[in-house]
Amino acid sequence: MTDLLYSETEDDLRAAVRSLVAARGDTAALAARAEAGSPYDPRLWNSLAAEMGAAGLLVPEKLGGQGASHREAAVVLEELGRGVVAAPYLTSSVVATQALLSLDTETEAVAELLAELAEGRRTAVVAVPLSAAPDGPLPDGAGRITGVADAATADVLLVLRADGLYAVEAAQAVVEPLTPFDLTRPLAAVTAGEGGTRLADGAAGAAAVRRGLLAGAGLLASEQLGLAEWCLEETVRHTGERHQFNRPVGSFQALKHRMAQLWLEVVSARAAARAAADALATVSPEAALSVAVAQAYCSRVAVHAAEECVQLHGGIGMTWEHPAHLYLKRAKADEIALGTPGRHKEALATLVDLPAP
Amino acid sequence: MTDAAELLDLTRKLLAAHPPATTDRADFLKARFDAGLAWVHFPEGLGGLGAPRSLQAVVDAELTAAGAPDNDPRRIGIGLGMAAPTILKYGSQEVKERFLRPLWTGEEVWCQLFSEPGAGSDLAALGTRAVRDEDSGEWIVDGQKVWTSSAHVARWAILIARTDPDLPKHRGITYFVCDMTDPGVEVRPLRQITGEAEFNEVFLTGVRIPDAHRLGEVGEGWKVAQTTLNNERVAIGGMRLPREGGMIGPIARTWRERPDLRTHDLHQRLLTLWVEAEVSRLAGERLRQQLVVGQPGPEGSAMKLAFARLNQEISGLEVELRAEEGLLYDDWTMRRPELVDFTGRDAGYRYLRSKGNSIEGGTTEVLLNIVAERVLGLPAEPRNDKDVAWKDLAR
Repeated sequence: MTDLLYSETEDDLRAAVRSLVAARGDTAALAARAEAGSPYDPRLWNSLAAEMGAAGLLVPEKLGGQGASHREAAVVLEELGRGVVAAPYLTSSVVATQALLSLDTETEAVAELLAELAEGRRTAVVAVPLSAAPDGPLPDGAGRITGVADAATADVLLVLRADGLYAVEAAQAVVEPLTPFDLTRPLAAVTAGEGGTRLADGAAGAAAVRRGLLAGAGLLASEQLGLAEWCLEETVRHTGERHQFNRPVGSFQALKHRMAQLWLEVVSARAAARAAADALATVSPEAALSVAVAQAYCSRVAVHAAEECVQLHGGIGMTWEHPAHLYLKRAKADEIALGTPGRHKEALATLVDLPAP
Repeated sequence: MTDAAELLDLTRKLLAAHPPATTDRADFLKARFDAGLAWVHFPEGLGGLGAPRSLQAVVDAELTAAGAPDNDPRRIGIGLGMAAPTILKYGSQEVKERFLRPLWTGEEVWCQLFSEPGAGSDLAALGTRAVRDEDSGEWIVDGQKVWTSSAHVARWAILIARTDPDLPKHRGITYFVCDMTDPGVEVRPLRQITGEAEFNEVFLTGVRIPDAHRLGEVGEGWKVAQTTLNNERVAIGGMRLPREGGMIGPIARTWRERPDLRTHDLHQRLLTLWVEAEVSRLAGERLRQQLVVGQPGPEGSAMKLAFARLNQEISGLEVELRAEEGLLYDDWTMRRPELVDFTGRDAGYRYLRSKGNSIEGGTTEVLLNIVAERVLGLPAEPRNDKDVAWKDLAR
């Protein structure tokens, strides 16, 4: 049976990540770094990925990781979403790591790179657009690929070409930074050329990339959940304190109902995100279905929460100084990332036998 | 403390002493109650064993596997879900012993005399009076109640009535058990939007209630009613469903069987609702898992809100999907069903009946206020009825 609750270990992990983000996740500094084109805080990443070992949660101990699962990685992502943290966790520690884990891990090049990623010493990204859906078309790595998330800071690019999946040192590729809508997740265009280390043939490589994207989409739901939770809590706090017409604005029924409705959506999103994480962790035959349900639902909830956060904060919600805009930009970009809700519903139509006309 | 192995053993002994195949249904249910296996978390002697509530599943699974009769909780839902927990908390030992056994076995059906024509969502505004007769010590009740499910088959009712009109509305209410066979009780069917009469109006004229049938102190009825209402929401929200187990099931089947009805617009809307129904099911399952490990969350009222909206949207879409057939209705005959039968009727019936889902058991608007204030901690709206005597309120 699907376990939709959090274990004690997961609660402990959450507490650790939350206190790290609280200590280092200053959104004003984040906005300033993002505007300067490099939103990452290397010290936060080092604490999270290396010291705390979060980068290696999906990697078995014998391959140099923590031997945990998608359930724990999902909790990390909830907290990163909550703090709208800029870090290559989703791209490197989930998507690239999961792709590598889907290859033959006896291969020296695969094992070596996995161990480096697990220890947080280096980061890798799969060279596909951030918008790529798990069952959608994949780009030919022989050409220029646009919209690759976190490519500008990655050490290694995993490039899928017709004849195989290659690990290419980022220094050997052309990486052109783009201006992203979501300031906290940098995008770049990547031209990897021809070199690199071949990790698998074309078919195995494509399957591994899809497996990486599926895990990424499933756990992105947890990032969206965390983001939505922050938006709701902050909006409740603000409207409880802000006075207009000689009353706290949170006492007006028109606003209350919107926040109660949002709470209902967040409660539901938590169940959907947990179901996806658990299905991935247990390698359930329903994983694709659970991921599609979670993405079709949680994407919308995160966007709705962020939009309500801006609106119910009134004028302050429109300012650069308040962090609401960082959340709105992340939520809207996350909606498109790893397949739009509509794309995931199309996948569902096939999976649950509700065919199009 | 009673553990799972012990309960399993007791269940097997019950089955051995009363083989379901050869035992009368009512006799089996009585024996089960007397064995403490009716609701294991209730006290000994009252159908339970004081065991953890989560262990009921052990008993139920064993009984189901053996083909034992159940007490049809749908038919006696008000008694099981609302009257029983209130009686357990506020009844005297005599009252508990008198009422709980026939309530649980279904020999006696219960109804709920709460809502009135002038007091629905503002339930505490109710005006039905209960006056103490100094000679007999009995209470004499006069007033009118409405939206009363099962009143036409009920033997007993839980009733709230005003015992002091000079106090503010929440403080002058008292809670009673009312005998539905009293000559002063008149039940009239209230025909509804679907054509049937699932509810009733109940007229109370000089109804006499012994003081022993009062639950809680005089004037404390609002507090007692909260126990009933909280249990009502848990009962409505805590169901366990398989995938496509709710209203999404019939429309999904129609979609699969009738390619001629499919359009792109309907497909998009169907998929959206399918996702929402599945997510609500998962949220209900998560709530259930929380209850099992003893961490009940506030999600119970959320589930009722979600199901109400989904039932309405899904059934509305199904009427539209059926196109020309959606213009027809299965049967407008006035009937008095004992159960709400969503799946045995057609899409038009489901559409109309589900309109009640956002009204019955607390309107969506009232529940959203409760979530906002009690779960999210948002400030209450200013009120002008709190410190005013009930008799001075505008009506």
